[in-house]
Formats: sequence, structure tokens, C-alpha cells
Amino acid sequence: MTNIIESKLKTDEMVLNMGPQHPSTHGVLRVELKLDGEKIVKADSHIGYLHRCFEKHCEAMTYPQIIPYVDRMDYLAAMSNELGYVLAVEKLLKIEIPERVEYIRVIMAEFQRIASHLVALGTFGLDTGAFTPFLYTFRDREKILTLFELTCGARLLYNYIWVGGVSHDLHPDFIRLAKEFIEYFRPKVVELNELLTYNKIFIERTANIGVLPPELAINYGVSGPSLRGSGVKWDIRREDPYSIYDMFEFDIPVGEGLAGTTGDCWDRYYVRILEMEQSLRILEQALDQIPEGDVSAAVPKRVKPIDGISYARVENPKGELGYFIISKGGLQPFRVKVRPPSFVNLSVFSEIAKGHMVADVVAILGSLDIVLGEIDR
Amino acid sequence: MNQVFDLPNFLLILLYAVVPLLFIIPFALMAVFFERKISAWIQNRIGPNRTGYWGLLQTTADILKLMQKEDIVASGADKKLFLLAPMLVFMGSYAAYAALPFSSIYIGTNINLGVLYMVAISGFVVAGIIFAGWASDNKYSIMGSMRSASQLISYEIPTLFVIISIFAVTQELNLKDISEMQTANILNWGIFGYAGLGFKRILLIPALFVLMIILFISTLAETNRTPFDLPEAESELVAGFHTEYSGMKFALFFLSEYANMFAVSALVASLFLGGYQSPFGYLGDLLNLPWLVPLEQVFWFLLKGLLLVGVQMWMRWSLPRLRIDQLMKVCWKYLIPIGFVCFIYITIIMYV
Repeated sequence: MTNIIESKLKTDEMVLNMGPQHPSTHGVLRVELKLDGEKIVKADSHIGYLHRCFEKHCEAMTYPQIIPYVDRMDYLAAMSNELGYVLAVEKLLKIEIPERVEYIRVIMAEFQRIASHLVALGTFGLDTGAFTPFLYTFRDREKILTLFELTCGARLLYNYIWVGGVSHDLHPDFIRLAKEFIEYFRPKVVELNELLTYNKIFIERTANIGVLPPELAINYGVSGPSLRGSGVKWDIRREDPYSIYDMFEFDIPVGEGLAGTTGDCWDRYYVRILEMEQSLRILEQALDQIPEGDVSAAVPKRVKPIDGISYARVENPKGELGYFIISKGGLQPFRVKVRPPSFVNLSVFSEIAKGHMVADVVAILGSLDIVLGEIDR
Repeated sequence: MNQVFDLPNFLLILLYAVVPLLFIIPFALMAVFFERKISAWIQNRIGPNRTGYWGLLQTTADILKLMQKEDIVASGADKKLFLLAPMLVFMGSYAAYAALPFSSIYIGTNINLGVLYMVAISGFVVAGIIFAGWASDNKYSIMGSMRSASQLISYEIPTLFVIISIFAVTQELNLKDISEMQTANILNWGIFGYAGLGFKRILLIPALFVLMIILFISTLAETNRTPFDLPEAESELVAGFHTEYSGMKFALFFLSEYANMFAVSALVASLFLGGYQSPFGYLGDLLNLPWLVPLEQVFWFLLKGLLLVGVQMWMRWSLPRLRIDQLMKVCWKYLIPIGFVCFIYITIIMYV
């Protein structure tokens, strides 16, 4: 009897296209899922829906003109993108940067890291079905954006960090408001932990899901919180210090598998929570030590580097962001190549999504924290 | 059997049938509104506040908008089933109101198997959801409806365990009689072991308390509310079984979801929280105004139902969502065994 039933039932793998228009692919990513029931047999990600020819555009623009375009790559961390690009150009130019500028840049980059992590944590909660933490994190991110607005007038795409300096000096109230924010924000992290991080259902949903072993992570070139979630202590701010990061005390949190296996979704999530705390530490030191001075002393009128190549990498909120620039001596770069962290981190997705359920796909994608603007450029 | 058609009687039946509808529609409108307001309060937002005073007309405006929308049927859809599904879903949740005792004088149909009827008629919702998913010709819809079917069927088992346990205690399946047993005194309510059982009550209280929680959890699952809202899991399945629906058909799904929320809350309230009974006597008895008593009963019934609906909303906006295998695990590994143990315990206490 059972044989007859089994022979007549034809089970087949179903191909399910998740995206490009889907609430949880964090943009226009298409994931092609081969499903056996709800289990994933194969997950392929298809990218390119947001391709804007950034790298080719750069070859037709002067060095300062590129900065607004850089903002639009990882639009959740525009300050950090600018910092990386500007460092690469300054390496070509070999100019000295005033100390106050360096402090401002670090302050902005760390605020940006907190803002970006807040989006990552909130949307990760949203992916697992918790709606409220998302609005809590956006409420706090709003305060950071207000600080940015105070500084440069823009809330999302700043064009603030310029070659050799920054566009404006800090607002006279900035330091006071920034310190107020730090005071305000610390309890909010605790609140988020109570609401989401240690929630039983949330742990059930994220622990032991999408485990990324450290070897696999290194082989794929995964960086940032996704790599540190696997327990690898690697942070460009410490390994290859840029700007003035070697002057500050901070720890590099890594995933320890507190809820499940090291390198699962919960670990990647938790590393971001801990990193926000470290960013606050850096901010406190920077805000206390920031010297007075001019912010536009070193800004060159015409950015025209000599022949040469340069590579600069920074620790973006999403991972290691690198810029490779070739200059042939003109006003425009000959070639700009970007090493985007989201792109590299996404490549490991199909590897770790295998064998999980459909609901886990969104959890894994959310924990990798990708931004499609950066993947497609 | 060979009853002649009797117009006044028919009109009376019609009146009895229309009363729940007159309740459901304003309730659903207000529930959606308060769902949005409550979520706004929980999330540090203001919520709808433009349409009408304090935004009260927001959902009315939404429904008006939905009515005017173009009625789109996807080209690959099975048209008949597609049309039938929302009606079936709404029918299932509307028909459940027939057995709800709003007060001692108003109950749609006073049938003896009221509780079983409610569970059975809610089964129509499953059929409607499967139809909706199948007819939509959409993979997400099918996955949503499959999840929904397995979820609803699984969670009916713990519900029935609770109901037979209650039957063992009260020997009644009529919701009105069960409510009558609980008298207008909070200490005689279901969670405190019903009236007239003497010392056995003390032994029953822990089991009944556990059973109430089981019933509440499984009713949450049966109404597809967070943390069991997998059939319409927004972040995975877009909108699940009603992805392809628009306009009034979508509004029917929406309406039936909220109608269902109140129906199951009222079931929990009727079985464990005294139904329409006041917790401390009636003002009507005190003032010697007999007509006031049923009105007070309606008030208490609605209050209890709405409070439980409020708890459902509160949970929805604070909890993440379970995964399908975890959902099944909760049901088969925890709720059913615990429910069964409680049932055995209650029968031993009652009959040994």
C-alpha cells in the first residue's frame, strides 16, 4: 500500500525566487532558492539590480567630485566610505592632515558605525519577526543623523570628509550634544538587549543557524562583524591602524558562541551590540581629547596627484572596505577599484544557507548585514 | 422536520444572526485602529492621528479605499476558488460567533455542543486559507497556506484537550451553561475551579491555570498571531496566503482575522474567566433593576474579550516569530503532552 502511494507521489524541488522585490533581501537582491519542502537544497544570489557603473564613472570625474558618489555605495555608512576614499587619495598626494581633522574624522566614522549597526540590528530583528526593536533602533539612529545634520547639513549622504580636510568645522554645540547622546545611548543598548537579544524566541531563531566556521570565513575573505562573529580577532583599526586609531583604547569583541555555536547568526548579531559599546568608548576619548585648530589648512585647491598607485583600507561597519586608485597624473583617476565588504560577505551566503529552512534564509541574510548599493556599485 | 415557513420566526433568526455582524464590523475597524495605536505606543510613535478626531476614522477610510480598489485576479489564478476563499474564511470566523454567549439572554444559537461547534466551524478557515493559497498560483501563497493548514490542524489538538478537560470538570459543552456555572463572583470562575465543587477545587486550580495558558497559546496560533504568524510572515513570505488579494477580498481576510481574534478571546474568557459574569455581583441586582443585568453582562463579556485581544496585540508587538519546525515542536512536544497530563489529572480528581 505504501509503495503504491510513494510511487504515485512525485516530489520535486521547487525553485523559489526571493527578490529582487522582497521585504527581507535588504534591497534588490535576488536569491534563487531550490527548495525541498521548506528545506533549502541550493541558494544562489543574483546581484546587479542596482549597478550604477560607479567605478567607470570615477574615471571621468575629478578626485573631489567622486566623494558624493562614494557616499552612495554603502548609503548607511557614507562617512566611513568617504574616509576610506579620502585616505587613498591622500596617500597619493602625500599630504599632512591637521590633527583636529583626524579627530573629527574618527568621531564621524564611529558615530557612523553605531548608526549603521543600529540599522543592521533593527532590520535583523525585523527579519525574525520582531517589529518593535526596529523602530527603537531607528529612533536612536535618528539622533546620530541629527548630529550629522548639525555638522554638515545632510542626514544620509554627507560629502563631508574632503581630501585634506573636512567641509565644515564642528558646530560649537557638537561636542556637548555628542556627549549627551553617549549618555542617552548606553541605557538604550541595555533596553535593546532586554527586548531582543536575550529573548528566548529570538535565540531559538538565530542560535546555531547559518554557522560560519572561522576557516570558511577566512577562505571567503569575510570581514567585519561577520568575521569577528566567527571568533576571529581581526579589525583593520587594530591590525593596520589608519587615521589616529592607534591613539585610542578599545577592545575587539568576537563571537564566543554564548547562545549556540560560535559563528552563528546570534553571534554575528551580538558582536555588533558589543561593537557599539566599543565605539562609544572611542567617541568618549576622542571627544575629550579633540584639539583646537583649523580644519581646512591642508585642503588643496586642485587635487592633481603624480603618477602612482595607492591602496587604502578602512574598517567599515560592514567589514573591510578598500580603495585601489591608479593615477596617471591627471585631474581624474585612471582607475578606481573598490573592495566592498558586503559583496565579499555575501559570497559566503550560499555556503552557509544550505540545509536550513526558508525562514532561516532571511535570518542569515540579515546577520550578514549587506547593503546592495555597495554590492552592485 | 416538516416545519412550515414562518416569517416572524425567520426574521427573528435573521435578527439573531445580524447582531454579531453588527458587532464584528465596528469591532474590526476599532481593533485595527487600536492595533495601530497600541503598536505606536509600544514603539514610541504617535500612530494615526489625521483622519477624524484622534485618528479614529483612519481604518474606516482605509476600508473605503479598499472597496474602491480594482478587483484584480491574477491571470494564472483559479477564479472560482479565488473568489470563494475569502468568503469561506470570513464565514468560518463569523459563524463561530453563533455560539458565543454575549449575556444570559443573548446567544446566537443556544446549542448544547457550543464549544465543539466553535472549534469545528473554525475549521472552515483552514479550508478557505488552503483555497486562497492554491488558487493564487503563487509559490509564496502556497507555502503560506500549507504552513497555515499544518499549524491550525496541529493546534486544534491542544485546544480540544483543554475543552475535554473542562467538560470533565463542568460536564457541559454549552458555553452559556459553563458561564452560568461560574456565577458573578470572581472566586467561582474557571481558573479558580468553578462553583460547587468543594475541596476538589483547590486541587484543580493548578491544572486549570496551565490549561488556560495552553488554550491561550493555541488560540494565538489558530488566529495566526505573532509569535505564530508564520502563514503571513511578512519578512519571509511577503504576505503569505493573501499576497495576491486586493480590494474587498483582502478586506474580508483582514476582517475575519480580527473577528477571529475576538472569538477566540471570548472562548478563553467564557471557559476560564467567567464569560459574561461580573467579578463582583451586579449593580442591577443591587438597585433592583432586572433589565440592567444583561447589559452589564454584555459589558463584562466585551471587556474580558477586549482585554485578551489587547494582550494578543501586546504580544504581537514585542515578540519575534517562531520557525515552522519550532512551532510544531511547541505544539507536539509541549502543549499536547502537558494538556494530556492535565486532562488525566483532572479526571482522576473528579471521578476517583
